[in-house]
Amino acid sequence: MREKFTSLSTVGVPLDRRNVDTDAIIPARYLKTVKRTGLGEGLFFAWRYDEGGKERPDFPLNRPSFRGGQVLVAGENFGCGSSREHAVWALMDAGFRAVIAPSFSDIFHNNCLKNGILPVTLPAAAVRSLLSSLLAAPGGKVGIDLEGQVVRGPGGDVHPFRIDPFAKRCLLEGLDEIALTLSGAAEIDRYERERKKVTPWLFRDITG
Amino acid sequence: MATLFRKVWDHHVVTARGDGNVLLYIDRHLVHEVTSPQAFEGLRLAGRPVRRPGAILAVPDHNVPTTPDRSAGIDDRESREQIEALRRNAFGSGIPLYDISDPRQGIVHIIGPEAGLVQPGITVVCGDSHTGTLGAFGAIAFGIGTSEVEHVLASQALWQKMPRQMRVTVHGELPALVTPKDVILAVIAKIGAAGGTGFAIEFAGDTIRRMSMEGRMTVCNMTIEAGARFGLIAPDEVTFAYLSGRPLAPPPDQWDAAVTHWKGLPSDADAAWDREVALSASSLEPHVTWGTSPQDALPVGGAVPDPAAQADPGEQARVRRALEYMGLSPGTRLTDIPVDKVFIGSCTNARIEDLRAAAAVARGRKVAAGVTALVVPGSGLVKRQAEEEGLDRAFLDAGFQWRLPGCSMCLGMNPDRLQPGERCASTSNRNFEGRQGPGGRTHLMSPPMAAAAAIAGRIADVREVAR
Repeated sequence: MREKFTSLSTVGVPLDRRNVDTDAIIPARYLKTVKRTGLGEGLFFAWRYDEGGKERPDFPLNRPSFRGGQVLVAGENFGCGSSREHAVWALMDAGFRAVIAPSFSDIFHNNCLKNGILPVTLPAAAVRSLLSSLLAAPGGKVGIDLEGQVVRGPGGDVHPFRIDPFAKRCLLEGLDEIALTLSGAAEIDRYERERKKVTPWLFRDITG
Repeated sequence: MATLFRKVWDHHVVTARGDGNVLLYIDRHLVHEVTSPQAFEGLRLAGRPVRRPGAILAVPDHNVPTTPDRSAGIDDRESREQIEALRRNAFGSGIPLYDISDPRQGIVHIIGPEAGLVQPGITVVCGDSHTGTLGAFGAIAFGIGTSEVEHVLASQALWQKMPRQMRVTVHGELPALVTPKDVILAVIAKIGAAGGTGFAIEFAGDTIRRMSMEGRMTVCNMTIEAGARFGLIAPDEVTFAYLSGRPLAPPPDQWDAAVTHWKGLPSDADAAWDREVALSASSLEPHVTWGTSPQDALPVGGAVPDPAAQADPGEQARVRRALEYMGLSPGTRLTDIPVDKVFIGSCTNARIEDLRAAAAVARGRKVAAGVTALVVPGSGLVKRQAEEEGLDRAFLDAGFQWRLPGCSMCLGMNPDRLQPGERCASTSNRNFEGRQGPGGRTHLMSPPMAAAAAIAGRIADVREVAR
């Protein structure tokens, strides 16, 4: 279910690492759930907790000044690896509503949009500047205005970003994409009827 | 002047929105127990039926134990419940299921081709990033998230934007004991873990043309490790011969029409590419990863890199972190790294050819003292064929364990996993921190290289072990 996203201004949480993979965001043992909720406890588990299960005090999510932050700022290729949507559900469950990075993996990016988490792609230099200010002065706020497509850094710096217009509308209005698609089911029926004549072998049922 | 991808794409456009997004029809949908329960729940909550149950195949693979006692039930409550949910959802919607006791059960990306349901020119999705494997047949095959799984279940279609087109051309004869796995590790090392983001990658060249379907699947399997959701290889006689006679291949009365259709799919000679990459196979060496990203691959004769030698400060930090996690020092020769466990399996390397190549190294030799080595066939059919060829005996005699099919130690959702600090030579696809178990350390390599590591008790050059 997609949540609406319009704008927010909240503490920015810096995660100055590149290639953060979805196994790191949510380890496989948390994938055994049949629910979308409750995954926040596993978020970045191996980085947040030591072998004894105690919080690692220097990990950003554990530092008092970053607690409650809803915008994660990270390095290149965020969300690479496994397609597990649990990574997005874990971020949401822990309170995050947006991730800012120089680049995202394609599947993770899609998964964010489907759930109402805003993935913001900014130039590497802009992300570097956000990370530097958040690390230098922890607790700084990052503002995101989706309608206006801008990020405001803690120092008042403004960074415009691009987003697919349809994805933007879905986020602003919290649209149910499946309902939208099914409203055009007649088109899918027509496609199947026509295609069945060209490649009939693709319309045989799989047998168990 | 169209690419293979473009041709298949155009055949599947239901409608276009004008902003670059098209509704793409999905011919086949594979479903496993980990990424589907929330999708079925979403349908139930919205009161929506599954549109085309006969286009879907379900199989449990991630959670299944690989020990012979699994027929007696699964101890782990959550794993058991997830598999039971898959059964309920499949039966409730009329979706065919290869259950745990079915001789065709196996890793989702391996069983689809075996059944003959993955064919040139189709679109196929699965809630799993390694779905790109199936592009080896000349199909648009890609991994999706659970929300998209729900969307496909409900509509048999997905909104997508055309990815950019990259061609990776591989030329030359692969040297002995150098495999398709080494080709793809070298490609990822060359373009980087995000080099393929936003692209579909078509693999071309005489090296690819000489590969079997098994080898081609290994190559396409790891395109996601270079960031690309799609890997493709043009269909040819090798593809057609693989499909011929399989249960879900086009029936005899439609076979000729299908082959004619398939022969029109390869990229046109004048097709335009957004990026081109070339690789020579004739001087390629067996590759091994040293770090925590699949791009961290080097020829086996190499040494662990020095973070200080990286020009980019971000890369310096990444390499330093990776070495700390892996417990390695700069300059250490890869062949001086000892291993505790060896895993031969996964959707990357658990097909019959992989097992043959590993067994050829294992035969007549012994697993080193203190090393635990697992061989996990990719499917019940692979296992049966391997046993008919006596590969199981070669492994067992050498001291390897011979298991039942599943994803197993590739991601450790079942009991097969690394303990903290343990180091593994693995034929799987990801060396991420904790991938094979919390604190576990993974070195990716080919099946013969993993078998050689088991025998040497350390990372070893298979060309020396098998001499």
